[in-house]
Amino acid sequence: MTAPTTGVSVYQNDGALLCILYGEIDHHTARTIRTEIDTALMRARPARLKLDLSRVSFMDSAGLGLILGRFRSASSIGADCVLLDPAPGVTRILDLAGIERLIRIERSASAAGAPQKA
Amino acid sequence: MKKAAAVQNEMRLTLPSHSVNESVARAACAVFLSQLDPTVTELSDVKCAVSEAVTNCIVHAYPDGIGEIYIHMRIQEGRVFRIEIRDRGCGIEDVQKAREPLFTTDSEHERSGMGFTVMESFMDSLRVISARGSGTKVTMTKKLAPLPRRSRT
Repeated sequence: MTAPTTGVSVYQNDGALLCILYGEIDHHTARTIRTEIDTALMRARPARLKLDLSRVSFMDSAGLGLILGRFRSASSIGADCVLLDPAPGVTRILDLAGIERLIRIERSASAAGAPQKA
Repeated sequence: MKKAAAVQNEMRLTLPSHSVNESVARAACAVFLSQLDPTVTELSDVKCAVSEAVTNCIVHAYPDGIGEIYIHMRIQEGRVFRIEIRDRGCGIEDVQKAREPLFTTDSEHERSGMGFTVMESFMDSLRVISARGSGTKVTMTKKLAPLPRRSRT
């Protein structure tokens, strides 16, 4: 059986819940991802929810709904929410919606294309 | 009378409104558009706009069952991509209202209300014709940038 091309991997580390989203996020795929993140969030009740978007190859407005919904889920348990390294195609739609006014976006040096230290 | 732009190629596609067909419609559109050698941003913009329009058919036009989605893509003179996405669903009561950013009739399922805004922003033109009970037709165009002067093998 082949691995799914779209989904989320969830890790718990140091008081944070790290969710690495991958593949194409649309209305069809967002439902499963939403359930998986919310289940882990309610079980772990972390201080911070990190949504890593570096491996998302496509996202439409259903992805915006997914992110805003998880921001609200995190807020409801007192956790803050941060987006990590959105891929260029994803950045365009995040900018259009003005997501950064609401949710912090962290870009690592390697993701931003800066030269890495040897 | 305005002369219609010459059509260089076209493709028609009919899909049932299963949500899995959102990605099928995007992929078909990307394959058709590839003959114009679009930039990564152009391709991503068109895929996003098509995904929004097809999702609207699935979610809003046929909320209680499965209906057909009709897609007609054309490449016109001057590197213009034109796409019509049509359904025979319930129609939109107030098109002007539906096109407002953040407007949604379905707040229960985490809709962002940004679908038409995405289509409008990522394409050059957007036209929506709808009538209660007889469906909606969305027409979008995008003019692709001229190809750079380089040898193409």
